[in-house]
Amino acid sequence: MVAARAATRAASPVPALHVHDVTVRFGDALVLDGVRFDLDPGHFLAIVGPNGAGKSTLVKVALGLITPQRGHAAIFGHDAGDAPERIGYVPQLKTFDRTFPATAVELVVSGIRRNWPVRVGQAERARAMAALGDVGAEALADRSLARLSGGELQRAFLARALVREPDLVLLDEPATGVDFLAEHDLYDLLERYQARRGATVAMVTHDLAAARFHASRVLVLNRRLHGYGLPEDVLCDACLQEAFGHVGHRHAVAL
Amino acid sequence: MDGFFEILGFAFMQRALAAGLLVALMSGLLGTFVVQRRLSFLGDGLAHAAFGGMGIGALAVVTFGVLDAGGGWLRHPLWVALPFALLTALGIAYVRDRTDLSSDTAIGVFFAVSVALGVLAFSRIPPDVNLGFNVMDLLFGSILAVRATELTAIAVAAVVVVATLGSVWGRLAYATFDDELARTDGVRARRLEYLLFVLAAIVVAVSAVVVGIVLMAAYLVIPAAAARLWSRSLAGMSARAVAIGMTTTLVGVVASFYLDAPTGSAIILTQAAVFVAAVVLRRR
Repeated sequence: MVAARAATRAASPVPALHVHDVTVRFGDALVLDGVRFDLDPGHFLAIVGPNGAGKSTLVKVALGLITPQRGHAAIFGHDAGDAPERIGYVPQLKTFDRTFPATAVELVVSGIRRNWPVRVGQAERARAMAALGDVGAEALADRSLARLSGGELQRAFLARALVREPDLVLLDEPATGVDFLAEHDLYDLLERYQARRGATVAMVTHDLAAARFHASRVLVLNRRLHGYGLPEDVLCDACLQEAFGHVGHRHAVAL
Repeated sequence: MDGFFEILGFAFMQRALAAGLLVALMSGLLGTFVVQRRLSFLGDGLAHAAFGGMGIGALAVVTFGVLDAGGGWLRHPLWVALPFALLTALGIAYVRDRTDLSSDTAIGVFFAVSVALGVLAFSRIPPDVNLGFNVMDLLFGSILAVRATELTAIAVAAVVVVATLGSVWGRLAYATFDDELARTDGVRARRLEYLLFVLAAIVVAVSAVVVGIVLMAAYLVIPAAAARLWSRSLAGMSARAVAIGMTTTLVGVVASFYLDAPTGSAIILTQAAVFVAAVVLRRR
């Protein structure tokens, strides 16, 4: 039995994201309650759920920014926080300080160096320009971040995340504050990167239609895990009713 | 120009300029982070903590005769102001880190307590006691009266601050840009914030003796704020903050000599003029 289990384990790939029994409390508030799932490499995961469901907290546990009171998370077999070079993280744009003096190319170079550049060398600049070019943002290179629109800023942050060629791209509500076209471009860029690198993508989103169209796996969260699997199986009325308390407007998932 | 070289011939002027330029160097480098982290009130808070420390130190000298060891060398208020400012800096950082209170609230509490302690301590010292320093000089500075020991303390602080900031600049800048993003890349942002507060305490305590407690915060904030308006990168902002601080110190010291004006005021008003110019001519 033990041998059989070991053989099964050897045959299955190391999960890109392994979340085991993760429980997080902030004071008296239970934010995540025994969440567990494995995401195999190569998938596009959408994490959906109502406000306050613990979606961003789950991403922060995966990044090693929050240590859960119980359970653990691992990225490609490494403890959360131990393999930053394999992760490209795109944070929520609303947390970004627009008064910080920086250009788009410096932002991307910070992704290469995992440090903020005093000055940008030629080789780094070439690499950063290539990453900006990949997301169609070459022209933004020397523009101040404070002067970029939401969509432009998102491209710059995406270039920063992808420049180190990560195996796992984590995005926290990347479509918030950007228009429809920019959102469409974002998914297109992610899918192209995924096809090129065979990378895994995990994205927190409020957009159930985007989850249905672009994700190969959907996780429905509201403190507890309410569903995990194929979009067509998980984005069903019963699951949404259970997690959200209602199924929402029909057009939200029927698009 | 001849006049400028003429006044450079005075030893007190050489010390004043050296002290002012070193304070400008430290303040410019550190002020960049202070301004960008919205901690502009920190300089004020720590300068007033230094005042509280000086009061307590002075009272200790008078009451117990402590600090008289070493032939009176330890009588300088800096030796109490510095540890007091350091403790206050760590206290503010701790409250900021461990509670939901904002920085300005944490700083405001320590600021008020320090001033209260300082005033209480100085009020207990009989007026005829010679402390070896003038309380008014602590408040408003006396750059033209900088002593060799004070200049040495400033020079040592400048070496410590420049070397430390130089070694952590990239990580500190990253954490200043986005604490969370920096932490995902293994930057120990919380530790760096404590370090920043400690460096600020050192700069403020050694510089307050020169430019005065009341004006110290401006030294930390105005050059960096003006530099921010002309800069598109943090490194550029740092370099410009240092350049603005040094130039305005030079102009302020020389102008105060010729106009017979208080030097601290002359420097800060020159900095303010540059800030107004930066607001009017800012890069868009």
